[in-house]
Amino acid sequence: MGHYLLRRLLIALPSLLGISVVLFTVLALAPGDPFAEMALNPNIPPEVQENMRKQFGLDDPIWLRYFHWLFAMLHGNWGFSFISRVDVDTLIWARVPVTLAVIGASQVLALLIALPVGIVSAARPYSWFDRVASTLAFVGFSLPTFFTGLLFILLFSIKLDWLPFVFRADIPGTGWAWWEAQIRQSIMPVLVLGLFQGASWTRYVRSAVLDVIRLDYVTTARSKGLRERAVILKHVVRNALIPVVTLVALTMPQVFGGAIVTEQIFRVPGIGSLLIDAILRNDTPVVMAVTFVFSCLVILFNLIADLLYGWLDPRISYR
Amino acid sequence: MAGSTPGSAIASAALAPAARLRDVSPAAEAWRRFRRHKLAVIGLVVLIAMVLLVAFGPLVWKLQINDIDFSARLKTPTAAHPFGTDDLGQDIFARMLYGGRISLAVGLAAMLMAMLVGVTVGAIAGISRGSIDAALMWLTDLFLSLPQLPLLLILIYLFREALKSAFGPEVGVFLLIVFVIGGFRWMPVARLVRAQFFSLREKEFVEAARALGASTRRQVVRHILPNSLGPVIVAGTIDVAAAIIAESTLSFLGLGFPPDIPTWGRILYDSKEYLDIAPHWALFPGTAIFLAVLCINFVGDGLRDALDPRRVL
Repeated sequence: MGHYLLRRLLIALPSLLGISVVLFTVLALAPGDPFAEMALNPNIPPEVQENMRKQFGLDDPIWLRYFHWLFAMLHGNWGFSFISRVDVDTLIWARVPVTLAVIGASQVLALLIALPVGIVSAARPYSWFDRVASTLAFVGFSLPTFFTGLLFILLFSIKLDWLPFVFRADIPGTGWAWWEAQIRQSIMPVLVLGLFQGASWTRYVRSAVLDVIRLDYVTTARSKGLRERAVILKHVVRNALIPVVTLVALTMPQVFGGAIVTEQIFRVPGIGSLLIDAILRNDTPVVMAVTFVFSCLVILFNLIADLLYGWLDPRISYR
Repeated sequence: MAGSTPGSAIASAALAPAARLRDVSPAAEAWRRFRRHKLAVIGLVVLIAMVLLVAFGPLVWKLQINDIDFSARLKTPTAAHPFGTDDLGQDIFARMLYGGRISLAVGLAAMLMAMLVGVTVGAIAGISRGSIDAALMWLTDLFLSLPQLPLLLILIYLFREALKSAFGPEVGVFLLIVFVIGGFRWMPVARLVRAQFFSLREKEFVEAARALGASTRRQVVRHILPNSLGPVIVAGTIDVAAAIIAESTLSFLGLGFPPDIPTWGRILYDSKEYLDIAPHWALFPGTAIFLAVLCINFVGDGLRDALDPRRVL
């Protein structure tokens, strides 16, 4: 397993480098001086400006600038936020846990919906359950997250007044009261993201199970006299999950996109809303660093998917 | 027969064996299959109605999109304003008709862009073996693992001003959004086309063309490409929906079209501060986006049933 992990890490490295090249090219191709904003800002002392120009090496040839930038990123030296006047990495690390918590909870919710619904749908294709579930899945992933978010606020916050619609970072109280408030304010963001993902994953699960359920070894398992439940859970699902894991890993960038929107709607203080704020205020170092963190997270989740893949399909580990 | 179950649960499962006996053209056969998917047909009808409405609606509905009327602020729907008014008393129906043109046009243009890049990359990778194929697929995988929305936002943030001054606010932002969305959606198409090429180029009819001395270009353009288009069309349909969502998302975050170009996402963005007193303002554009996307997805599902050559119904 350790060997396998190491090999996957080595494969992930070039993609990370590729992403950094793309990011850097975008920044380098952008018209105008990305730090022109800074020169006009009287809040930033000239020596900081000088340092930043040096750190980003704005006067060097482009490949040298790329390596300077890459090494600065790798050393955790991500620059200085023009607006918040703190180091970018402190700003980001303070916000990453919130984003990961919201995304993690919504992914768990999505799996809790997609797995049972998809499996039952595929076990009885064209039953009324399958039809209703498929139609609902279509509705679910055709509803953009920003609209579901507004609808939820309208229903649960304004009409029913059940849930707060602004996410607060500084909840007073400790112990149970804190947890209760935390959960109450997380319900809507998690639901919005989770339902959307759950809807699209339901279709993946259904078609993957449908592909497996007709294979001969399943018929064999049935004719051995195994109960239907055991056949589905032990023989069908594990094999059907292999393509599902790939598809789930492939949709990870989309999940982070959804997280940005959700964080913006509910004012969740995560890195998604940080990105939007930074863009609206022309805070270039923060924008670049957040995008880089998002890229790393995507690759991290791809790695996790690879590991799951190895666990689900033992043949892969030995190759 | 194993493998003959339709992919979609929504299509009716019963077969019509009589129809198989008649000799029909591929298009008629596809249409026959498409019609069996009732929700796809409904989706197509609604979609055509929406397109006609935004194309010809502004000719009939004469209210201007920027007529400010402070005496009619935040009015709920009435006969004079069927979708109500916004905080400046502008008619939301007129704004949605105008914005719908742009939202749908962005979806269509971004899809064409994604198709063009995807088919080109996929075809080159699929026909050339070895290092070119490997390099192109590495590029495809790299693009697939990019965080798309953050990069979309960055690109728009960095290039918006330059394009605005080069082409004017409307065309500049339109081009930028179409290019950027299209540039991030070609990867599934490229993979699809490559996979199709891999199986098709070993088929007998391509071998026959090769034996007759057809050049590689002719094999690709005349024989392989037309036969690989079925899944591409399906992917393209779904891409229109994805592009509409992407454009609306950008506008909703306040980073898409400028305020004087009321795309559906932009109207939603403007409305969200007034959600408690004027919910209709958010509900109409949101429903329009949802309806367009849902219909396109259903049509795509119907096309999948209609065009998938692996299924013999």
